[in-house]
Amino acid sequence: MAEPTTFQPVIIGFLCNWCSYRAADLAGTARTHYAPTMRPIRVMCTARVEPEFVLKALRSGADGVLIAGCHPGECHYVEGNIKALRRFLLLKRMLTQFGIEPQRVQLVWAAASEGHQLAAAVDRMTEELRALGPLHWQQTVLRAKVDIPLIKLEVGG
Amino acid sequence: MSNDQIPPPHASPDEERVGVYVCHCGSNIARTIAVEDVALWSEQQEHVVVARDYKFMCSSLGQELIEQDIQAKGLSRIVVAACSPHMHERTFRGACQRAGLNPYLFEMANIRELTSWATDDREAATSKAKAQVKGAIERAVLQEPLEPLFVDINPNTLVVGGGIAGLTAALELADSGYHVYLVDRDSSIGGQMAKLDKTFPTLDCAACILTPKMVDAANHPNITLMTWSEVVAVDGFVGNFSVQVRHKPRYVIEDLCTGCGTCIEKCPSRVLDQHFEVGLGYHKAIDRNFPQAVPKYPVIDTTHCTYFQRGKCRACQVVCPTNAIDFTQKETFEQLEVGNIILATGYEQFDARRVPQYGYGRLANVFTSMEFERMVNAAGPTSGQVVLRDGVTAPQSVGIIHCVGSRDKNYNEYCSRACCMAALKFAHLVHERVPDAEVYNFYIDIRAAGKHYEEFYHRVLEEGTHFIRGRVAEVTDAARGPGEEGSLIIQAEDTLIGKQRRIPVDMVILMVGMEARHDSRNVASTFGLGCDFEGWFTERHAKLDPVVTMTEGILIAGACQGPKAIPESVAQGSAAAARVSGLIGRRTIKLEPVRASIEAAACSGCRICNNVCPYHAIVFHEEIKISEVITALCQGCGACVAACPSAAITGAHFTREQVLSQIDGLLWDMQPGVLVLA
Repeated sequence: MAEPTTFQPVIIGFLCNWCSYRAADLAGTARTHYAPTMRPIRVMCTARVEPEFVLKALRSGADGVLIAGCHPGECHYVEGNIKALRRFLLLKRMLTQFGIEPQRVQLVWAAASEGHQLAAAVDRMTEELRALGPLHWQQTVLRAKVDIPLIKLEVGG
Repeated sequence: MSNDQIPPPHASPDEERVGVYVCHCGSNIARTIAVEDVALWSEQQEHVVVARDYKFMCSSLGQELIEQDIQAKGLSRIVVAACSPHMHERTFRGACQRAGLNPYLFEMANIRELTSWATDDREAATSKAKAQVKGAIERAVLQEPLEPLFVDINPNTLVVGGGIAGLTAALELADSGYHVYLVDRDSSIGGQMAKLDKTFPTLDCAACILTPKMVDAANHPNITLMTWSEVVAVDGFVGNFSVQVRHKPRYVIEDLCTGCGTCIEKCPSRVLDQHFEVGLGYHKAIDRNFPQAVPKYPVIDTTHCTYFQRGKCRACQVVCPTNAIDFTQKETFEQLEVGNIILATGYEQFDARRVPQYGYGRLANVFTSMEFERMVNAAGPTSGQVVLRDGVTAPQSVGIIHCVGSRDKNYNEYCSRACCMAALKFAHLVHERVPDAEVYNFYIDIRAAGKHYEEFYHRVLEEGTHFIRGRVAEVTDAARGPGEEGSLIIQAEDTLIGKQRRIPVDMVILMVGMEARHDSRNVASTFGLGCDFEGWFTERHAKLDPVVTMTEGILIAGACQGPKAIPESVAQGSAAAARVSGLIGRRTIKLEPVRASIEAAACSGCRICNNVCPYHAIVFHEEIKISEVITALCQGCGACVAACPSAAITGAHFTREQVLSQIDGLLWDMQPGVLVLA
């Protein structure tokens, strides 16, 4: 059994280039300390995040996935974040059917000036994942005998 | 789905030779991350030929290190673990390019802002940095060389909106020798400024400084003026926009009209002018906004024209000495080819009826700030006299209420910026026109930030205007005592003395705020740019790039970007013109190659991507049932790439394989199901 206090979850963070990546930059510049659990991937827009990316991250060992974009109405590509939101809601329904807790995949808005909010979101998510414990994809999802066609996309190495 | 236009230099990612460079950034990174350890570890990783750590990678010596290694060791991919790519991606791309390596074969791991500065936990930071480097290596080996796109710039520019911002932009570009199409939906250019009388803080007359510019624009050989016209469609991309303009029928043949004004004089239909005179004055059914309108041709208001309504009259046609009246005129469409577009579509006044407790529309002597502007204008409906709604009585006391619809969570949270100064100007003008009148300003804060603004505030204070700090609760005509009989009573808390006050006045002026145009979202979607919650157009960067939008070739100026007064609007108009003329001067523009492309063989023609694209950059070829990305129009967001059910769309530099590979690298130490203890 995992001891809740020592478990350090790993989060894959998809940060949009214009708002949330800059928010993360700002959090660093302002020396806002937060849990070193989020491993970042820069995307131009949250609308680029495919549901497959999220599943791939979870299958490859991440305990959670954070998608962070511009606030609704402030997307640099007009409304990419809204598209991300729509995809996200669908994905969550699927993840629930896989037996994956809703806290493991989160979508947050962080403007370029909101370093604190982004840092707080990582901290909050880290605590939530700590409470949940590791994902254990093999046991959680595969034991449920769900055939995942996405396996074929796995990149070797 | 490899991009078939650019073949990768090597057949397989296994053959790539990666160099990894870990920066100390003085002690900024090295204090928290064991950089030597990260470099040594990196050297052990697959694909990596060399890994080094260095004090300052961005220094010229650090960059030379990379350049030498590329040449001496035949590196085909470069990974730098240092600060944010927003800081130095361009620097290192330059180093790669100098050494003969395509700059898009470089990848940056941000271990400063995202890691060393965000924690004190050295062990966790080092392990996160390793994961970031591994992710960057795995991504880099799949990166492909990309070439920037060059497109020619059409030197013609479209300016939408002939207010002071658009006018300034148009004149500056025209003076630089470039052709400008100036389109305005109104019958005259001049915008909101044309309605004003005096401008703060200098009190020079708005018309005196505006009308010469309007005339200049009309006479300029490089400006094609298109009033009473609207842009209905925009196609194309930076350098090559194709714009459709709708010319609404004036029912006056511009080529024949001399602007003599006889038709206006003889027109029997006189109606309340809700547009230019904001309901305070009248216009004829054939009229122009104001006598100095540019162009001088009038327009027939068909809803009030006797001929259009009842089929009889034709007075204007009869009296016109040049036979310029044409009741059969139809709207026409014109196609313009331009390289850049400047939007200067301005703002709208907040509707004071939305604050019922202030009584506008119910209590006769409650005026809006624009009504008062027209009233004090010498060319306005009262010839500049300050009078009550009856048109004759001068008020003995005037209450000016600030922040109506601004700085109020019920309406707009933002400050409208210009109204404090306008209110001070009104106080001064009341003193000037009605010397005995008392003037009360009800304010939250006086915002007089600007050159000579504070001095103007002091001047108005010395003139004897009363300032009461507090938000007004209501304006009422229900008198509580004989002293209030027949007056409008302003009830407010004076927060400086901590008391409720009731001030009886004859006239109330509501300083209404600025709002985005009601159709700004439609305009934004026509031109393919972003709007914020309130409907203001979104600039590329609030501080550093205020007149450029996220859509290349579409610029914004003036109050369409947010509330502002004349000086800032002029500054933005000039700035936008300077940006455009800089672009035109280069003749071609280099575009980032981070763009989508569709593999025709894999496209099923479902058209899902067509609607996903916010820039209308994907066209559908009906004959072959295949969609295609217009590369120059694509802004590289990747929404279509993620949406394509056939995986037929590739987002250059953010391909599916690159992202999946980066995920693998980032999670190199996370075997599924294994618990990691900190």
